[in-house]
Amino acid sequence: MKRLLTGNEAIARGLYEAGGRFASAYPGTPSTEILENLPQYKEAVYSEWAPNEKVAAEAAYGASMAGARSLAAMKHVGLNVAADPLFTAAYNGVGAGFIIVSADDPGMHSSQNEQDNRHYAKAAKIPMLEPADSAECKDFVAEAFRISETFDTPVLLRVTTRISHSKSLVEPGERVEVPLRRYEPNIVKYVSTPANAMRHHPEVERRLIDMEIYSNNSPLNFEEMNGTDIGIVCASVCRQYAKDVFADGASYFHVGMSWPLPIERIRAFAGKVKTLYVIEELDPLMEDALKAAGIDCVGKAKTPLVGELNPQILAEVLLGERAVTKEVDAEAAARPPVLCAGCPHRGFFYTLAKGNKNKNYVIAGDIGCYTLGSAPPLSSIESCICMGGGFTVAAGMAQVFAREGDDRVVFGVMGDSTFMHSGITGAAEIIYNGAKVIPCVLDNSITAMTGHQDNPSTGRTLMGGEAPVISIEGTLRALGYEKVLTADPQDLAAMQEAVDEAVAAIKGGTPVAIVTKRPCVLIKGLKLEKGLCVVDTDECKYCKLCSKAGCPAVVMREKEKAAWIDSTLCTGCTVCMQVCPFGAISAVSGSVEVAK
Amino acid sequence: MSARSEVKNILLCGVGGQGTILTSRILTEGLIRAGYDVKMSEVHGMAQRGGSVSTQVRYGEKVNSPLFGRGQADVCVAFERMEAVRYAGFLKPGGICVVNDYRLTPMSVAVGGAAYPENAVAAMEAAFETIAIPAADVAAGLGNARTMNVVLFGALVRALGLAGLPGVDWEDVIKSLIPGKLLAVNLEAFRAGLRG
Repeated sequence: MKRLLTGNEAIARGLYEAGGRFASAYPGTPSTEILENLPQYKEAVYSEWAPNEKVAAEAAYGASMAGARSLAAMKHVGLNVAADPLFTAAYNGVGAGFIIVSADDPGMHSSQNEQDNRHYAKAAKIPMLEPADSAECKDFVAEAFRISETFDTPVLLRVTTRISHSKSLVEPGERVEVPLRRYEPNIVKYVSTPANAMRHHPEVERRLIDMEIYSNNSPLNFEEMNGTDIGIVCASVCRQYAKDVFADGASYFHVGMSWPLPIERIRAFAGKVKTLYVIEELDPLMEDALKAAGIDCVGKAKTPLVGELNPQILAEVLLGERAVTKEVDAEAAARPPVLCAGCPHRGFFYTLAKGNKNKNYVIAGDIGCYTLGSAPPLSSIESCICMGGGFTVAAGMAQVFAREGDDRVVFGVMGDSTFMHSGITGAAEIIYNGAKVIPCVLDNSITAMTGHQDNPSTGRTLMGGEAPVISIEGTLRALGYEKVLTADPQDLAAMQEAVDEAVAAIKGGTPVAIVTKRPCVLIKGLKLEKGLCVVDTDECKYCKLCSKAGCPAVVMREKEKAAWIDSTLCTGCTVCMQVCPFGAISAVSGSVEVAK
Repeated sequence: MSARSEVKNILLCGVGGQGTILTSRILTEGLIRAGYDVKMSEVHGMAQRGGSVSTQVRYGEKVNSPLFGRGQADVCVAFERMEAVRYAGFLKPGGICVVNDYRLTPMSVAVGGAAYPENAVAAMEAAFETIAIPAADVAAGLGNARTMNVVLFGALVRALGLAGLPGVDWEDVIKSLIPGKLLAVNLEAFRAGLRG
């Protein structure tokens, strides 16, 4: 029976059905649920969270060398991290089929940029498949393995947020067992010395020509003729958008295998229509290739380079049909995401903000929930570039400050999962080169922002097993931090003491790090005795100091001239209570204890 | 030229954590049982941190795009009244708005600066056929304020005229998606929303 699945669920199902045996990933929106949906098939498919995307790609490649059909999944920026093994795996070729899933995020729903990862297929000279709905997500996994094994190459399966997180109907099938290809050493193939790589490169170029012939004959690329006025070349979710707008008022060339492009098939299609549109999100990858092949077409002259498309945007830019809407006589205030009520990061950022009144701190941040510490009123993250960048950006800044006699104190901030991802090298950079930086790891016992995945510091694996807990404090000590200060960030006095001690240590030349420890309040199964804080309106002087903690549960009520705490949001973390100088806030159901 | 008119478009919007995704799962499961082609598009990730969120559901004989744009929604279900204003541009001029008459103060207002639109419901009523429901109060009255999403779902079923849809027993759908302990109160919430 057909089931309504997200693209991510369908990719997981596809891996299972296609005889896949191994999958590795680091979580990242919108790719995360691919791996989250694999433990249900654990009898057949081994799946794991890797410390980062490079590790995931390398482990999956190793599994492929060992003869197992394998897959590594990541968000678009994750492929930047994994690009190193990808480009050389493209030269060496595979054992059994090897797929890298890149989940791009046009529109930046949950990302720091909207880079177009189709360029990676072109740059690494590997084939790319782009499904247009969940059914194709499932089916294309099997086809990707066939292509990978036929042409001895990694395959890029490229999806976007609207493929990964949209649901459509899928007919589940049976698993097809694919025998393991027994590993035999093949040094020329797998050892990428220059001598071997020089043999591989011409093969890569020949393979590209062979794959273009394959693409021209692939059933994944097909015409749908409805007339000769308008022809549309489209791939991925844009195939659905285009059909939605033009229905049978246009002919389509559906591109499922989008690298190498089936240029000769598209040339033939172009010859049958008067106007040829290329509809693609972000960069003109297909348009440029068509134009380079001498095929006249209209693409980015009409469609935007920025953001995601939808049917309404296409109707407007291609047919001049503007959206008809009604004006509403009210304006919505901004509602950006915020640190949750009860978030353990709040106490840390409140303490830094308080100590930074004279702008004597410089705070480099990183990717995770704590990036939200950049928002007012905390405003305590001043940069965020990429995973692991928190410590290293801080290191570079600190070296410049030290040489110029600038005595501002530099903090680098990241979470437990980011530390495991690529923070350890940054912590080494600080020690090795003597950067005057206080690295801070905000350990909330989980990879939180992506929806709570385990990592090497949590003691659990994706498939539900127990794992050794890699100690963050122990790692820092081993790297050479003489003082590793731990604090419960929800205890503002303890947090203040840790920051003061760290600042004194770094000024005195002692390598020092801070680790805050308190689990995320949203962790499922965590026994959190939820308390509640209330405001005594008679005692409240309406000084608004509690609002400086930036808790969504604490609301300033102008009419009543008093603070008010929303009991449906409050977890009783007591940060606001500790902030209040008048004792106007109390915890009504005792202190909050967290038990693992 | 357009095939869009044959497909119904529903937008569910609110604040991360309010249950828009569960509600859209109940809706889509029922529509599938009724034999429709259904597509749904949602956004995860940062959206769960108290930010503005939206989910789109489309159903009909054959649905292509999982996503629709401005001026294309037949019904908008707003789980918070200011969010109705934010997403009003997605409604067709003749569209229906089901709005939870409930306020969640965003940080931009809480820390000063921005103003909360006190006239949100009235402004929606002036522009669209609007069904305003105090779903939080109704749910609290049933003993669990968090079931307000299912109260709204009942109101949506009524607004779309889906109560008697052949092939679907909505209570049966809810039973299949909501675990035992919370089922009874959620069924009460659904009935309350359906009654209006």
